[in-house]
Formats: sequence, structure tokens, C-alpha cells
Amino acid sequence: MDLLVSHSVSPVGGSMSDFHSIDSRTHVRKYLYVFYSLMVLTVVTVSVSYVHLPFIAALIVALIIASIKAALVAGYFMHLISERKMIYALLVLTVVFFVALMFLPMLHHSDPGMVG
Amino acid sequence: MQIPYNAVERPDTGLYNAKLGIWLFLASEVMLFGALFSSLVLLRVNATTWPHGWEILNVPLATVNTIVLISSSVTMVMSWASLLEKNFAKFRRYLGGTILFAFVFLVIKAFEYGAKFEHGLLPSTSNFFATYFTMTGLHGLHVIGGIIVNIYLWGPGSKMWTTDPARFINRIEVAGLYWHFVDLVWIFLFPILYLL
Repeated sequence: MDLLVSHSVSPVGGSMSDFHSIDSRTHVRKYLYVFYSLMVLTVVTVSVSYVHLPFIAALIVALIIASIKAALVAGYFMHLISERKMIYALLVLTVVFFVALMFLPMLHHSDPGMVG
Repeated sequence: MQIPYNAVERPDTGLYNAKLGIWLFLASEVMLFGALFSSLVLLRVNATTWPHGWEILNVPLATVNTIVLISSSVTMVMSWASLLEKNFAKFRRYLGGTILFAFVFLVIKAFEYGAKFEHGLLPSTSNFFATYFTMTGLHGLHVIGGIIVNIYLWGPGSKMWTTDPARFINRIEVAGLYWHFVDLVWIFLFPILYLL
């Protein structure tokens, strides 16, 4: 209870050691930069869609922007930029299966029995 | 029964158990949504005609929803950072913000769905609308799931902060990982369904 009361009424970092408050402020600043970047990228991707590029070009631009946004969320909000090896190993396996899944529709084209 | 390694890291994995658990769950979620994306590719590539999302869906509303969901992700990570600062009041404000943003997202989505239904546009209308409703519907269910967990952690579940703060911080981190994943799915759904 003491923990809850003493800290909930103290200003940010007020009762913390210098190390923790500096570390925390750095984190918060980083999160805000990521937030601003995500906002800008959202505006960019919507703006580009109003140009009505040819489909393939529009697809490539949309996927590149979405991938950058996803990397920012995964890297900073989900802390993947500094994670344990076990999680990286798990994600590598996930990516392999995900890519295989994305290429499954190709089999439809390569299977002569399916054409027509 | 005490679940081991819920506050401290397991020596062999280097992770507390819930963190490994949530990442395994998220891996399965990648495959769940991946199957739907893969189906969308198959349907779209083989369709003789396929509408542009921006012709028949409401891009401005979806853009607002994108901003709302990104904001909810920021407040979620800030709520976790607030606990690291041992500032419980700030944590509750930020997590409350996340819950609020999530409700705003659902209300906007409901407006969007309502407008489609009014115009007689249903999942049975076309393959486009079948995939649109399936994917955004499944994503919406994930948002509802996140709201339920976050309300619990904001309300009755937050008592753990006084009894076992290290474990509570981990719970918020795990809830956050799930929430950011929901945001991540939307980051791909938005351009693929609405902007192409």
C-alpha cells in the first residue's frame, strides 16, 4: 500500500533515482518520436492513395509505408529492437511460415490441373 | 498453485513465462490473419473485376480510426512506462486513454458498418465485401478482447500493483504486446482494404 500511495502522489520521477528518471524520460521521448513518425506516415500513405497510381505501383508504395510503420511499432512499442534471442528465434520461424502462407496462392497458378 | 517465473526471468529462456506465452500466441495470430491475407491475394488475383477500396469504402473515417488506434498504442506503452516510474496515477490515466481510444475505434467502425448495411452492402454482396467484413470483423473482435483485458487491468486487476508490483508491470507489458499487435494488423488492413 505504501508503494501505491507514496508514488501515486509524487511528481514524475520525483521519488526515483536519477538513473531511473533519466532512463524513463528517454523512453517517453522515443515513444513520442515514433508516434509523430506514425502520424506522418499515415498522412503520406493516404495522400499517395489520392494520386491513383497504377495498381502495382500503389501496392508497392502502400506496402513499403505499412512495413515501415509496422517496424516502428514492433521495434519500439513492442521492444523488439532489444529483445531476447528466444523471441527472435520464434519470430524467424513465424516469418518463414507466414511467407510460405503468402506464396500459397501461387500454387494455384503453377498447378495445371487448376487452370481454367 | 504458484505459476513459476511470472516476475523473474527463467534462466534458460531469459524471459518471464507470460512473455514467451504471449509471443507464442502472437505467432499463432500472425498465421490466423496471414491465412486471411493469403485468401485475399488468391481472390483478388483471380477476380476478373475487383473494386478499388477508396471507391466504395470511407477513407476519411478509416484514416481517423488509424490515428485513433496509433494513439491508443502510444498511451498503452506510456502506461507501462508510467509503472516503471512507479507512478500509478499516471498509469491509470494512460491505460484509461487506451480504453477510451479503443471504444472510439469501435464506434467509428460501427458507423462504417451501419452505412454499408443501409446501402445493402453485406458480406454476401461480393468477394470484396466478404473479405472486408471478415478481416475488419475479426480485427474488431480483437479490439473488443483487448478492451476487456485492459478494463480488468485498469480496475480490479490493478490491485496487484500493491501486492506484487513486478508481476503487475509484466502483465501490463504482455497486455501491451497484444494491443500493439492489434494496431499492427490494422496498419496492414488499412492500406490493403481501403487505399488500393
